[in-house]
Amino acid sequence: MTILERPALTEVGVARPRKDGREKLRGQAQYVGDMEMAGMLHGKVLRSPFAHATIRSIDVERALEIPGVSAILTGADLHDIEPYYGHAIKDRPIIALDRVRFAGEPVAAVAAVDEATAEAAVATIGVEYDELPVLDTLEAALAPDAPRLHERQPKVGLFHGLGNLGEQQGNVCYEHTIAAGDVEKVTNGAAIVVEGTYAFPAVYQYAMETHATIAHYHGDGVTLWANCQHPFLVQAEIADLFGLDIGSVRIVVPYLGGGFGSKSYTKMEPLTVALARKAGRPVRIVNRVDESMVTSRRHGMRCWMRTTAAADGRLLGREVHFWMDTGAYADNGPRVTATAADAAPGPYHWEAVDVQAFCVYCNTAPSGSYRAFGATHLQWIGESQIDEVARRGGVDPVDIRRRNLVLPGEPVRPDGSGKPLDADLVGDVERAAEAVGWEEPKRPWLGRGVSVGLLAAGAHPVSRASVRLCSDGSADVYVGTTELGQGPRTVMAQIAAQELGLSSDVVRVHGADTRFTPYDRSTGASRSTTIAGLAVKRAAENVAARLRETAGEVWDVEPEAVELSGGQARLNGEALPFPDVIAKRFGFRGGEIIEGGEVRPTGGATGSYAEGPHFWEVCVAAVEVEVDPDTGVITVLRSATVADVGKAINPQLVERQDEGATLQGIGNALFEEMRFVDGVIANDNLLEYRVPRVADLPRAMRSIIVENADGPGPYGAKGCGEGAFAAVPAAIVCALADAGVPMNELPLTPERVWRRLQELSQPTKGSDR
Amino acid sequence: MDLTLTVNGSEVRASVEPQELLLDFLRERLRLTGAKRSCDVQVCGTCTVLVDGLPVSACTFLAADAAGRDVLTVEGFAEMPEFERYETAFMRHAALQCGYCTPGLLLTLKSLADHGELDGEEAIRHGLDGNLCRCTGYRSILEAAREVAGVTSVDTSDVGEVRA
Repeated sequence: MTILERPALTEVGVARPRKDGREKLRGQAQYVGDMEMAGMLHGKVLRSPFAHATIRSIDVERALEIPGVSAILTGADLHDIEPYYGHAIKDRPIIALDRVRFAGEPVAAVAAVDEATAEAAVATIGVEYDELPVLDTLEAALAPDAPRLHERQPKVGLFHGLGNLGEQQGNVCYEHTIAAGDVEKVTNGAAIVVEGTYAFPAVYQYAMETHATIAHYHGDGVTLWANCQHPFLVQAEIADLFGLDIGSVRIVVPYLGGGFGSKSYTKMEPLTVALARKAGRPVRIVNRVDESMVTSRRHGMRCWMRTTAAADGRLLGREVHFWMDTGAYADNGPRVTATAADAAPGPYHWEAVDVQAFCVYCNTAPSGSYRAFGATHLQWIGESQIDEVARRGGVDPVDIRRRNLVLPGEPVRPDGSGKPLDADLVGDVERAAEAVGWEEPKRPWLGRGVSVGLLAAGAHPVSRASVRLCSDGSADVYVGTTELGQGPRTVMAQIAAQELGLSSDVVRVHGADTRFTPYDRSTGASRSTTIAGLAVKRAAENVAARLRETAGEVWDVEPEAVELSGGQARLNGEALPFPDVIAKRFGFRGGEIIEGGEVRPTGGATGSYAEGPHFWEVCVAAVEVEVDPDTGVITVLRSATVADVGKAINPQLVERQDEGATLQGIGNALFEEMRFVDGVIANDNLLEYRVPRVADLPRAMRSIIVENADGPGPYGAKGCGEGAFAAVPAAIVCALADAGVPMNELPLTPERVWRRLQELSQPTKGSDR
Repeated sequence: MDLTLTVNGSEVRASVEPQELLLDFLRERLRLTGAKRSCDVQVCGTCTVLVDGLPVSACTFLAADAAGRDVLTVEGFAEMPEFERYETAFMRHAALQCGYCTPGLLLTLKSLADHGELDGEEAIRHGLDGNLCRCTGYRSILEAAREVAGVTSVDTSDVGEVRA
């Protein structure tokens, strides 16, 4: 094969306008809640008021008499199927069978002519519960005498991906350990020992669009219009649950009003399908915010960590034990736990590491994915201990990282397994620190912090895509990546355009429809540009090869001699527009060129979690904060994040990703917290659950792009958009400690900070650090 | 009860329930789905529409209270000549992501602009503080709003404008 000189990048590496921009600005973009099907009913769900109870009886008689009520679903309707689902562990019934395990668990669902009728009918359903002891905290769930929340032998889900399920111990549904070196020996020989216990709260993703699904169960199978991030995984789970062929389950995904992980894997789809199956008509269920809050959230966590170092700040050992509250059902808890364990050591040279991670069932709403899961949980803890080592060793925080960080090509995991480091962390940290004025003098109560970490990214590297060049020279890209707002329709168009020698203006990228769109594992783990983008690039390359082939025949030259640019095939000053090439290929003004592209594990790999991530996403940020000692109020004055993306396909969209992640990180660090009382969420509304507003935006917010072409994706790209989320809370905690207020619990609410300040002013009541 | 009002410049007559919300009236009856539902408690600003030129949260505004008044949704705004200025600014700065909050935000911005309340950096920040956006982190939205308002940008960190 002839090696061609790569054409200059014209479509890639530049800020092309968003493909979905005008549609969204004009209010024309359709979301599931905007869609209606002929004959469609509206579903409403009766949810348990108790966090743990057995169901003695359900009386739907009065509800059925209400005019307009079409069908009511309860657990009794599921006798003909094995009604448990869960991509990791099949532990969750579609609807409560005889027991509820969290407040908000669906107990019955009504399909009616409109939402108001369905809501009224729900209110008349009588349920008798016998309350059971509520394991509403990790401590309660882990107590030796705690009742088991799941007595059935768990079955592994279709996409567990983390090896075999062992025998479950008590309420621990998954364990993950990392061990390297002799941690006891290292600790005994250490001059500096930093140790503490820490707490991270449950938080809500708050995608502004709640979960919404339309299901139509018909003679040939089931069709869903769903705002899911992973249509192909939902398709497989629905097929498995209802005993259908995969191809009989069609999932159409329009625009999503945000996801951030809250719409990953399977959420409201099984219940909506079951209700539609019973009603015999299409049913739409759109959650309220309080319902989506019990549909997915981020794991609360308790953690103990110890970091040891030599007197000069050389890091020696790290021990981490942590417990994740996964709620009543595992959902993505096992992977969150494994990813957190991977993030726990931090990307440093260690002589010994011991990580013990536990995913624990509690009588709380199920926890799943939320942007940068695992890394966000652990990075702030590990980095605050690194800073404490630096303080005791008299070393600058940037310098201690410079001396101890893993270098490119070195193993990241302490046991040497998995993907070696594919990024320049030292360079990233230095840039972030400089951007917040690291060396500038500081007034009292002002602090600066820097944080660095890695997030195991990419998930399973399986994506397919196809590219179609139409007879008029415009192109379509079919790729399963879901447009959540992160911009894949724009980025995929740029990639295809680059390879075809077209303007991205004439490339269209479509939403996923599993009937037509090639398979893609999922939209998450920062994988879309890297993995699905590479599949698009390969598909476009294959289309380009067909174009060259036909043009080569026309000019009687080898295909490799033909160049493609500006929508034309070119050879020595001659040019043939693509429509003419296609016309030559088919002998008339029609036809098309359509080709596929594939990404899969190769070279003996299986893509398993143990093999290590497809790439390590860099989590680096620096911030400057000021704390008001009288009120405990923290203001983030300056922030800088590093998008170490290998190659920015669209630099503007890369910046936008990290800007959004920065604000979410600020929210998680400073005020976001779901409060549970007896397992019931006490602040399940936006009046009491606060998310960041314009006023929370730092006055100086920088998103730094680093392009070292060291990613496995197209043009050396690797994913972004999550790392900043993990890095920002960690940098804030470090900056606050720098200002004189070390904290062990998030969020850093004014009250919590103020109490800590009072504690610190009384030296006899010092903390455990 | 019978209701007559103007929506996007056209007269609309309908019979509504006394408790019917303007958001449901617009979305379900008129099928104007540009106004989105999210928090239901007048916090997020996603359902913002203009009533007689002033922004209201349609999720907590009775349809009956719009009787005889002039309602503008994003669908109507998008038909106005001035919309292009907003669209250009938001496209240039990529000041949207999922797009769910965008219609409400645009209408808030229009109302502020129409009433001369975008006369500086602090006014812009204050005026947009009631519209939540979970995706963008607001920086790009402020840049777009400054462009619409003709306010000089104080932000030096934007290096990635569209180079179309």
